[in-house]
Amino acid sequence: MSEFFTISVLFATLAAGIRLATPYLLAGLGETIGQRSGVLNLGVDGVMQLSAFFAYWTALRTDNLWLAALVGLGVGVVMGVVYGVMTVQFKAEQGISGIGIFLFGLGFSDLMFQRKVGTPTFVPHKLPTVDIPLLSDIPNLGPALFSHSLLTYMAFLMVPLVSLLLSRTTFGTNIRAVGENPEAADSLGVSVARVRYTSIIIGNAMAGVAGTALVLDLGIFQPNLTQGLGFIAVALVYFGAWRAPGVMVGALLYGLVQATVVSWKALEIIPRSWSDIASSAPAVLTIVALVVLAGRISPPAALAKPFDRH
Amino acid sequence: MAQDDDSPMLEMRGITKRFPGVLANDSIDLTVRSGEVHTLLGENGAGKSTLMKILFGLYQPDEGDIRLNGESVKIVSPSFAIEHGIGMIHQHFMLVPTLTVAENVALGTRSTRWPLTDPAVVSERVSEISERFGLAIDPSVEVWKLAVGERQRVEIIKALYREAKLLVLDEPTAVLTPQEVDEFFEILSGMRDSGHGLIFISHKLREVVAISDEITVLRNGRVTGHTTPGESDRHQLAELMVGREVSLAPDRPPVDVGEPRLVIKGLSATSDRGTLAIDNLNLEVRAGEVVGIAGVSGNGQRELAEVVAGLRPAKQGSVVQINGVDAVGAGARTTRQAGLAYVPEERMRDGAIGEFTVSENLVLIDHGSKQFSSRGLLRFAEIKRHCRQLVDQFKVKTPGLDTSTSTLSGGNIQKLILARELASGPTVLLAAQPTRGVDIGAAEYIHQQIIAQRNLGTAALVISEDLDELLAISDRIAVMFEGRIMGIVAAEIATREGLGLMMAGVAEGSPA
Repeated sequence: MSEFFTISVLFATLAAGIRLATPYLLAGLGETIGQRSGVLNLGVDGVMQLSAFFAYWTALRTDNLWLAALVGLGVGVVMGVVYGVMTVQFKAEQGISGIGIFLFGLGFSDLMFQRKVGTPTFVPHKLPTVDIPLLSDIPNLGPALFSHSLLTYMAFLMVPLVSLLLSRTTFGTNIRAVGENPEAADSLGVSVARVRYTSIIIGNAMAGVAGTALVLDLGIFQPNLTQGLGFIAVALVYFGAWRAPGVMVGALLYGLVQATVVSWKALEIIPRSWSDIASSAPAVLTIVALVVLAGRISPPAALAKPFDRH
Repeated sequence: MAQDDDSPMLEMRGITKRFPGVLANDSIDLTVRSGEVHTLLGENGAGKSTLMKILFGLYQPDEGDIRLNGESVKIVSPSFAIEHGIGMIHQHFMLVPTLTVAENVALGTRSTRWPLTDPAVVSERVSEISERFGLAIDPSVEVWKLAVGERQRVEIIKALYREAKLLVLDEPTAVLTPQEVDEFFEILSGMRDSGHGLIFISHKLREVVAISDEITVLRNGRVTGHTTPGESDRHQLAELMVGREVSLAPDRPPVDVGEPRLVIKGLSATSDRGTLAIDNLNLEVRAGEVVGIAGVSGNGQRELAEVVAGLRPAKQGSVVQINGVDAVGAGARTTRQAGLAYVPEERMRDGAIGEFTVSENLVLIDHGSKQFSSRGLLRFAEIKRHCRQLVDQFKVKTPGLDTSTSTLSGGNIQKLILARELASGPTVLLAAQPTRGVDIGAAEYIHQQIIAQRNLGTAALVISEDLDELLAISDRIAVMFEGRIMGIVAAEIATREGLGLMMAGVAEGSPA
């Protein structure tokens, strides 16, 4: 145990935790926006897998990470439009629709991988880390906090931006209104459909970037790459009480526990035979947290309810 | 808005709207002038809501012409209606509870700091409006923290903020105490004097007579009368509305009051949110009397009904007895066996299952009894016979016994529930908001049934927000405020003013 509590290991774990938190954070923030507008998207995981594959494939073919990220984002946007048509246009039941999107993403990314790539191959270049001048020179803390990929910085920058969007902009007010009482918004001439479409597309785009961040961080794609990460991101929205800072706390907690488990396995603090069980620690943590926090803050009142003018 | 002195603010001519199988509006004419309160009077389903939805651009008329200040317009959407100075105060408040007053008011309008919101500018204008029309409100507070009367003010401010000149008020007084209604009418008078046109939708005849300049009565989608308060009194209005003579107050022959059947002593209970909803409440209802519970909604009435029905736990030491049987936390089966019939407030949530057929709902309680089943199998012939009899006896208007209950009107669903509850021959009747959203004809019938039960020696407890209803059917009226009984008054000496003061928590009434 004492090996873990050394400065270098602790800060390395912190750095890994932040890195691992990135896809959770991006996907969770996107889902937050969607849910605040009243649309539940359980398909996040599927969208992440699709984006991850296409970003990976792009990177593999072109070695252009910018283009790969753009493709990942684009796939998210397309899936957002698809999900919007399903849930806003045709008012499909959102729980089942989301599962459908998940299954499609899981299957189609696998299929494309088998057809187009076949054997797992590393991309020529992984997502590079960017050291922030001066700040990254701080001993220990510097490398842990200020030596990450651009997507990680972006994810954390999104926290205040999403907060600002929701609380200080007219569009954010519309999002909240539509998620709480769409009839009221409609009666004032706010287009419920337009607000929800936009929110879903932003949310899915962020899920797409989350998948991209995950795959470009690993440098390699495999079927079911996310292993339920997208579902955890949905849970983090509840954990974070539909607020960006709360989602960030949840994502960080999740990343840090994951990093700690990895570190303890490496240091053999956790015996080998326990290693699989230990890997489920973050999931158990989520369930415990959700049970403890259940009912403290109520979800958007119109969450998962299609809007029909009558 | 440019005002042409000759043409009225609003002219709707020959408005017709058909829905599959229904002629909702049949060539309706309505004219509203600036500075007038024009009442649309009619029962549920008379076509008031459809007409107003057409005015607000939510529906398009199949035929007819709408003119605003003499100019023919096609109102294509709510936004169009708002831009042309039409404001709608919906019966069910169109507010977002988690947003502040200012955010609610500004929703859907242009912000001076777009894309950011401008709470300071909005708040200032809200304050201006509230001062001018006496609508006191704090713009920065979240709407869920406001009382019902305050929420209504927010709705009005919302319309005035959009510079509405013509306001539609859909049953605005349903949720107010008598005093709040008086204040509300003063606000309306102020708006009338400032040249606004007001369309007041109501079926509360007393208020209609008090505030209206003009009255248009609708029935079955048609205009059945156009009158003024000077020309028609309440009885004539009710007749125009229903199409036949109605008794607004049922006959109540004197009945000997017997022993207490429902006894409540030291009852305290919490609401769903965990706050104290009932605070050391004492009440007795005796055989052969109707006790009315008056009060503004949210003062513990809902919780009281649920505790008496055995559905809500109460605090230690609370006593609720139905014919001597303990009801606190006992569950519905026990309270029913003790002799209780319960007509719940939320009839589609607690009283009937919408997807079930009429007959399924009628035997919802007893389908396991020997009469209706044997060895676990339902006896359909007997169920059918029983239900047919109840439907006839209680005049439930339904196409058939196999009709889905949710397709019936509110009044008929309520009659169905009443039929089921009274079929068991109860000795205690608990009815919460028995005629809310029910048309006058059905309400009249439900009142007669409650009185009939009383005459048979049933102890009846009726919870209602409608004072006219309570004054018409009760022997004694108890007023609830913040979980306590403020006072109990014999109905014949009760006054609306006295009850209103107690409803606002002002004065303790004298015991009857």
